[in-house]
Amino acid sequence: MKLNKASLFGLISVLELASEPERQLSTADIADKYGISSHHLAKVMRNLVHEGVVQAMRGVGGGYRFAGNVNRTTLLDIIKLFETMESDLDMPHWNKAADPVVEELHAITNEIDTVTRAILDTITLATALKNTRLRAELASQKEAPKS
Amino acid sequence: MDQQISIEDAVQGDLEAVIALDRAGLKEDKIGYWRGVFQRYVESGRNDRVFLVAKQGGTPVGFIIGEVRAWEFGSPPCGWVFALTVSPSVREGGIGKKMFDEICARLKEAGVSTVRTMVDIDSKLTLSFFRGMGMRTGRYIELEKQID
Repeated sequence: MKLNKASLFGLISVLELASEPERQLSTADIADKYGISSHHLAKVMRNLVHEGVVQAMRGVGGGYRFAGNVNRTTLLDIIKLFETMESDLDMPHWNKAADPVVEELHAITNEIDTVTRAILDTITLATALKNTRLRAELASQKEAPKS
Repeated sequence: MDQQISIEDAVQGDLEAVIALDRAGLKEDKIGYWRGVFQRYVESGRNDRVFLVAKQGGTPVGFIIGEVRAWEFGSPPCGWVFALTVSPSVREGGIGKKMFDEICARLKEAGVSTVRTMVDIDSKLTLSFFRGMGMRTGRYIELEKQID
């Protein structure tokens, strides 16, 4: 599975903001940290604000703040704001009756899509953040010099 | 609420409460099924079969069941959790986590290092719960076919 850039940037931003809900970050803060396009990220943030996932804070030191519920919002909730998550066999002139091969390929891609959606729809931001923290702890334990 | 919750081995007297907890949201009764489960997991007294009940003030509010199974699907011995229920009235209070942690500890004591489960793809709540407990897609893929 390959997420489009907007989905990926959306997930990164939301997870970054949700990791410390009281903190405000600008698009530049997030773009710099992850080495991504600030211009593209700004468009993504506008979409997230419009959907009420993040809140734009005005004034000096303004930026964005997470406005959702980490226990209720899933990865799929964010991805769906930017793409459909459905495989496309790119067969615009597909004749169903005449193309059992294409029909079978559709059935297979539907299986894959169903599983993919089920995985993304059952990982909440809270779970993703918990796993992120565990990864960070493991990494720091590995890096720590042995006494 | 946490202080009042205890996680205990199921006893025969819990049968009716377990059936009632299972019945919530279901259209059909499974009384015969539950009698069989109690025979296998409560009366056997084996440490590789675990049936735990969460009680609040002595009243059952949830249960979890699992056991060690060996070489099914070619797998070395591992723990399987095949039932988990928490009363809707006390959900989001950490009871599911307590039961899951306890059954994992029991299964570890019984000698396994992996625990597995299988959940209906539409049971978003249960899938989310197990994900939250650190479970991920495993090495085995379930396949099925309609044969009628």
